[in-house]
Amino acid sequence: MAHKWEDTAFKGPMARAKGLGSAHAGLHHWMGQKLTAIANIPLVLWAVWSFASLAAAGAELADVQAFFGAPAHAILMVLALASIFYHMALGLQVAIEDYSHSAFKPVFLMLVKLVTVALFVTASFSVLKMGFAVDVTDMSALVQQSM
Amino acid sequence: MSASQLPPRPLSPHIGIWKWSINMVLSILHRASGIALSVGSLMLVWFLASAATGPEAYDCFIGFATSVFGQILLFGWTGAMFFHLCSGIRHLIMDTGRMITIPAAEKAGFFIFVVSIALTFGLWGCIKFFF
Ligand code: HEM
Repeated sequence: MAHKWEDTAFKGPMARAKGLGSAHAGLHHWMGQKLTAIANIPLVLWAVWSFASLAAAGAELADVQAFFGAPAHAILMVLALASIFYHMALGLQVAIEDYSHSAFKPVFLMLVKLVTVALFVTASFSVLKMGFAVDVTDMSALVQQSM
Repeated sequence: MSASQLPPRPLSPHIGIWKWSINMVLSILHRASGIALSVGSLMLVWFLASAATGPEAYDCFIGFATSVFGQILLFGWTGAMFFHLCSGIRHLIMDTGRMITIPAAEKAGFFIFVVSIALTFGLWGCIKFFF
């Protein structure tokens, strides 16, 4: 798609001829990094507090599973994972763009995205599995237990 | 002459040449903590996946997490997390055009170190002694 910006004086003739310059991905990247940074503040604090509480209570498997059996906990955790991993993919992308001078740079950039998606799907599946494993009729008892 | 036959281009001054300043330390540590946390996310995925898998997998995770090495890693990631959180909030404030003078950076830097160290020890103190 042609952009209006392409025709302005901001881009010199040489840059235009060589096809250099913004691919118009910069602003989107920046917004994504900032929005996930803001979302991360409450979500990461909640997740860390939850893990600390579970750890302090002895980190029993039954407690962990009961914790994620509560819908609110499972939903918040999946949201936290989405925000954290999107933020991480964008952040690692910049670090690689800055430091890598290897011929494999494009491969590294793709690998970061692939690995991040794989981690997100694995973690979310695990949370949802624990969330759905709980018999819904027993839910209130379990939520009380996990408090 | 093709590009490969040219003498190497001069590079702009890199880390080794600058006098250390608080802005530089904060900037480097923000990136370093972000990368450390990215590695730490593996431990988070391991925790969730093992808990969803069953007792054997979970015991294996807990064995590592409660080992001396595991505890050192978790403590380090807690510190990286609180540092990155505080420093990230500073970034978000600076994006609005505020706090961008050198004295402001020095004050913010002091504040970030004190708060993130206090929160790290505070949280671990809570886990180990007060809950
Ligand atoms: C706790 C809440 C968090 C906040 C408020 C936050 C904030 C930020 C901000 C504002 C930036 C952009 C810095 C810039 O503009 O140059 C950033 C970068 C980054 N963050 Fe976070 N972040 C958080 C959590 C995380 C987590 C959990 C991870 C890893 C899993 C992470 C990994 C990164 C990475 C790798 C970068 C790129 C560093 C760089 O480009 O120098 N962040 N963070």
